[in-house]
Amino acid sequence: MPANEMKSASRDSAKLMNRSDLCRRLVEKLVHEEAVVGGIGHTHFDLWASGQRPQNFYMLGSMGLAVPIAFGVALAQPQRRVFALEGDGSLLMQLGALGTVAMHAPKNLAIVVFDNGVYQITGSQPTLTSYRTDLVAMAKGAGLAQSAWAADEAHYDRLVDAALKAEGPWFIAARTDAQPPAGVTERDAAKIRGRFMQGLGVSR
Amino acid sequence: MSVENAARAPSEAWDEIVVRVLKANKVELIAYVPDKVLAPLIKRLHADDYFAVLSPAREEEAVGIVAGAYMGGRRGIVLMQTSGFATLPNVLASLAVPFQIPVLMMISERGTLGDFQLGQAMVCRTMRPVLESLGIEHHAITRLEDVEFIVDSMIRQAFATQAPAAMILSPLLTKKTARK
Ligand SMILES: Cc1ncc(C[n+]2csc(CCOP(=O)(O)OP(=O)(O)O)c2C)c(N)n1
Repeated sequence: MPANEMKSASRDSAKLMNRSDLCRRLVEKLVHEEAVVGGIGHTHFDLWASGQRPQNFYMLGSMGLAVPIAFGVALAQPQRRVFALEGDGSLLMQLGALGTVAMHAPKNLAIVVFDNGVYQITGSQPTLTSYRTDLVAMAKGAGLAQSAWAADEAHYDRLVDAALKAEGPWFIAARTDAQPPAGVTERDAAKIRGRFMQGLGVSR
Repeated sequence: MSVENAARAPSEAWDEIVVRVLKANKVELIAYVPDKVLAPLIKRLHADDYFAVLSPAREEEAVGIVAGAYMGGRRGIVLMQTSGFATLPNVLASLAVPFQIPVLMMISERGTLGDFQLGQAMVCRTMRPVLESLGIEHHAITRLEDVEFIVDSMIRQAFATQAPAAMILSPLLTKKTARK
């Protein structure tokens, strides 16, 4: 990947962006039925609010598993690009998954983390990233070389473009603000699963 | 003797039978956290190109991967020991069961019939109550002659009914047979 695109901002210098806006920006770029797995917390709410694509999977629990689920989809469908969207609190709960992804290096997987520094949905208690923990440093340490903080929206767009074109795995981190999500996911697990499988062209 | 009969000869070890039944059911993605009893099965799976074998850091992660792969159209199974299963109630109750995802689990039962660690023994006692409270189909395999039938029927039922399933490898199978 061209070095300028992967050049990471530092967490401190990264601009505070808006999760709803970043979700919309990502979804607008998806023209090849890419799969997206939205983690718990407010992440899947904003994925939902960005338009209910059949290729979206919304998690209603199992905190921290957006990356493993997306990785599973990526393994099953190597021709399809797959995105895992996760909150910082959720990602912190399942850090080993970054190592698993790094080991198997799926070319079609991108992880996007929205780091608002808090567990927003449960009352905005600070997560470890509000102290000394840097998720991009952790991802790199786990073996994900293509990991970067998005400096601002334009840089985020370029990183997503790279993840859509070049070989992964990718780890894109964005610092996000304290705004509430733009919508509320409809919580019907069986329907979400059925629709997602249909969206992926899988029959039971 | 036909080929089929030869394959079913009792000389086959439990782990050989499991490999054969997994293939017959197109279960090709293996995600495991190791266990000593499972070691011969794991070795066999690694050695066989048919399988994609992953060793994630936690059993929860393994369930997530297998669930995602199922939704993408690829069949998988999670291998673990009893203590690994004890880390799973949350993911089973919030992902596999409500989303109706047939996550296959093969659990080596530790902490019973001659285990000397109290920790293992206590953890073991939590397994069946968890499976029962979640309404997850589970059977223990105690005899070599039952391996094929139980594993094969449980896999078929799991996919047909879109429900997770737990195949428990009892020490009666893995320890007693090995001793012979
Ligand atoms: C295992 C587990 N522990 C705790 C919770 C409660 N919980 C639900 S969402 C959440 C916070 C998620 O935080 P984050 O991923 O940072 O997303 P945000 O809410 O900030 O969007 C917590 C603690 C849970 N659902 N599961």
